[in-house]
Amino acid sequence: MKAYDVGELAVRNLRESVLRNSLTTVGISVGVASLVAMLSLGIGLQHLANRRLAKSGLFDTIRVSSRRDPRNFGREGGENGPEAAESPPLDESARQRIAELANVSEAYPEIRFATELRFEDKPHLSVVSALPSSARTTDAFEGIEGRFFSSDTAPEAILEKSFAERLLGTSPQPGGKDSNPAQGLLGKQLTMRYAERTAIPSPASPARSSNPADMGYSVSSREENLTIVGICDLDPDSMRGQARARVFLPLKLAEGLHVMDPSNLRDTTNVLGGSPTYAALDVRVGSPKHIPEVESAIKQMGFDTFSLIDATKNLRQFFAVLDLFLGIFGSLALTVASIGIINTLVMAILERRREIGIMKAIGATDGDVKGLFFAEAGAMGGFGGALGVALGWALGHAINAGTNLYLKRQHFPPAEIWFVPWWLVGGAIVFAILVSLVSGLYPARRAARLDPVEALRYE
Amino acid sequence: MSAAQGKGNGSVAVRTAELCRHFRMGESLIPAVDRVSLEIRSAEFVALLGASGSGKSTLLNLIAGLDRPTSGSVVVQGKDLARLDREELAKYRLRTVGMVFQSFQLIPSMTLVENVELPLRFAEVDRARRRHLCQTALERVHLGARSNHRPSELSGGEQQRAALARALINQPQLLLADEPTGNLDSQTGAEIMNLLLECNQSLGMTVIMVTHERSLAERYTERLMVLSDGRLVDDVTVASSTRSSAPGGTP
Repeated sequence: MKAYDVGELAVRNLRESVLRNSLTTVGISVGVASLVAMLSLGIGLQHLANRRLAKSGLFDTIRVSSRRDPRNFGREGGENGPEAAESPPLDESARQRIAELANVSEAYPEIRFATELRFEDKPHLSVVSALPSSARTTDAFEGIEGRFFSSDTAPEAILEKSFAERLLGTSPQPGGKDSNPAQGLLGKQLTMRYAERTAIPSPASPARSSNPADMGYSVSSREENLTIVGICDLDPDSMRGQARARVFLPLKLAEGLHVMDPSNLRDTTNVLGGSPTYAALDVRVGSPKHIPEVESAIKQMGFDTFSLIDATKNLRQFFAVLDLFLGIFGSLALTVASIGIINTLVMAILERRREIGIMKAIGATDGDVKGLFFAEAGAMGGFGGALGVALGWALGHAINAGTNLYLKRQHFPPAEIWFVPWWLVGGAIVFAILVSLVSGLYPARRAARLDPVEALRYE
Repeated sequence: MSAAQGKGNGSVAVRTAELCRHFRMGESLIPAVDRVSLEIRSAEFVALLGASGSGKSTLLNLIAGLDRPTSGSVVVQGKDLARLDREELAKYRLRTVGMVFQSFQLIPSMTLVENVELPLRFAEVDRARRRHLCQTALERVHLGARSNHRPSELSGGEQQRAALARALINQPQLLLADEPTGNLDSQTGAEIMNLLLECNQSLGMTVIMVTHERSLAERYTERLMVLSDGRLVDDVTVASSTRSSAPGGTP
């Protein structure tokens, strides 16, 4: 029998017992909706976490430090490259070589120092950190009051919200929800006092010596006036823990200030006055998947590295397991629905026993009969699958809307915790058809093997 | 007159040799068809006669390829049915045999045209050609105007005519009728018998009809095979003077 004849007969047979077949189809659709709902939730949560992590900039960044740094002595992980004493300094030429590595999008020095900031003649102490212009896209600046730096060298500052509240003398509200320090601060001046480090020849060394060991340095007190241009709610420096910065400057501006951090031992003992060395470099790669190879290349160059890639691995594993379990729970309803299909088709065989006998008497092969029952099972699966996906999709939208309403009331930004990708739409329908066909195996086989003489006698 | 002398010039359409079909009922074995050997020539109109339980319907089912013999052979148009697999038997029922049953065996949920069309679907005939063939077949049995009715909306005679149209749709060489008038009044039964006679005489089909009415068989068929307890006990040719001719009036 031709495929379209099989399909036509299957649909007309389904229409004959419309109530029973509709109920079976609804059963399948509930199963599919539950599967779609569970998987969409898992996928939505994974997307949400991935988006947040990607925007945080933590998972595509490698922190590079020198093995010469006394803080790194005795640390594990020096298996690649030279020993500490032979390792190269982390200076500008090292930064450039790292920046030229494949898949590295940028490498910039970490500049961070504790200093005094004066606002309206009142001193405040804080850690200041420099940010590259690429930080503009991180989620910390998503809800910024004001704006990001106008350029990499602009004398501008962005304040973390709790520090901004401290400047204004207002006490932070729980969660920082109701205060709005931006109105009182944006456009105002902040004066930063810092110690500038300048290289000079050592008084004991011959004049015009080119030996770096003959170089010394002087420290002078300087002031820099900064315009407050933005206040951010999230902390772009969150992975720093206790040493978190509250004030942020453009990277090039901070580099040009030659600030000496008195708390940094390397700075005070650094006699290579000719070229600046860095405490650490932040290296951003195009995608987290390139982290291991870039890390390995940097270690080969003789530097220590640190990244949070292992954390993402665990996170991916967690979501894979979550998706698996949600899928299993979702499939339970579909399993119940598949039993419904078997029941419906077995009932149909009993009801249509004589009809099957007639068809076989007038020339239907076992394959024709089997194909017909398969098509009926598949059609129920197809209709049920499509209906189930629509149901799951509608449910997802309703839950998204409800969740966002709740988040809005709690003063959180909206989030899409429910996400139905196209592959899930197609996959769920195909899966429903496959499950239905498997459910139809036994009834179809039973119908095909009916003895026509017996079937014709059946009343 | 012996059977072999009947229409003796045609080729052999059906031949059985020592054909047996036994059914097991608990401990005992019931010989429904017991060592039946016969030959039916092409274009013969044969009646299988016998009392209820004599084995005539079982023999017809064996010739139709609906059942398989316990032993012996059934050869139809040169094919030994015992050697065919399930698929080949289905093709044989589709292409070689047309069947008419006492209880019509139309599918109640389908209209007449859909019932008649069903063998054409199994034969994978194109949709457009199917419609044309169905309409022609229904008109031949005078049901052209009722093609979209369901069987329940028709009389017994009309249903049997529709069943006959379905049996003829694939132009079989062998038409098998199992008590085709059993559920009909005599007037309607005669109409059906005339149609069967027409198939035999006009289309040259071999017709084998099961009946327990000897008078009906003598009126229409040219040969009577009598079964009793599963065995062929008599095989006689009917004198042509006693028979109707197609399309005859009311016999």
